[in-house]
Amino acid sequence: MSLSEFFYAGGYGFYLWTSFAITAVLMIGEALALNQQRKGAIKRLKRLIRLEKA
Amino acid sequence: MSINWFKYSAPSTFYPLAGRMIPWFWWSAILCIGFGLYWGFFQTPAILSDQKQYYRIIFPHVGAAWMSMWLYAVLVGWALAGLVFNTRLSFMMAQAVAPTGAIMTFIALVTGAFWGKTSWGTWWDWDPRMTSELILLFLYIGYMALQSAIDDSRRADRASAVLSLVGLVTVPIIFWSVNCPDPNQCTALHQQSGMGRVDTNILIAMLITALGFWLYSFAVIFMRVRTLILERERSTAWVRELPEISR
Repeated sequence: MSLSEFFYAGGYGFYLWTSFAITAVLMIGEALALNQQRKGAIKRLKRLIRLEKA
Repeated sequence: MSINWFKYSAPSTFYPLAGRMIPWFWWSAILCIGFGLYWGFFQTPAILSDQKQYYRIIFPHVGAAWMSMWLYAVLVGWALAGLVFNTRLSFMMAQAVAPTGAIMTFIALVTGAFWGKTSWGTWWDWDPRMTSELILLFLYIGYMALQSAIDDSRRADRASAVLSLVGLVTVPIIFWSVNCPDPNQCTALHQQSGMGRVDTNILIAMLITALGFWLYSFAVIFMRVRTLILERERSTAWVRELPEISR
């Protein structure tokens, strides 16, 4: 099977790969967003502690 | 030997434990999904004719659809535990499960639409399973909306927990929506589920990919619950002594 045949997927490439792409974007996006949320939470908490000490 | 199960119900003991487990869940999830998809694409040659290659949409579709129902049951389990034992961590777990459940439901619906367009010639139909899965998405969204609409987090926890319990009724409906006693009475596009009729190689790929989705869910839910713990327990001494905070 050649690479182009693989992506052509018997003419269903658009449906097949769009499904996979949406799934991948959502799952990877969720993980990245959670990483950002954690960083944000740590930052806010550190600032809160600084403000309380001052 | 007796194990103190309540030890890890304290946020202070669960937080570091979850932190240690997250990388393991990530690696095993990546391994399972990678292996499952490899098997699904390269070890299932010519089972269906070339014309039907879209069937590979089932790998993310089935994994996400199973997780969408399972995670709702997990959410309700934690909500119920929270209502019964009044433990903070249970409610935080329930809250952490909801967005991942909603994402899984959304993936199941969207990949299902792409499947439907190729297989049944329509993006959407009010088939019982699609309709009940859509209601499940609204339940997740409703749960999250209610949780964030109430400022007092203790009240938000209890109110949204009760809402989630009421919504549990949809999970069996989704499950049995394609397995009704007399198929001629049903207008379902989905065929009846039957693991036995699926080719072994496709089944292997599907189950391992679904296992990967399950491990992924653990990873992201633990990540989310850790952030929730930091925010909700921010006034406790142990949070302030964490290396990532005190440094």
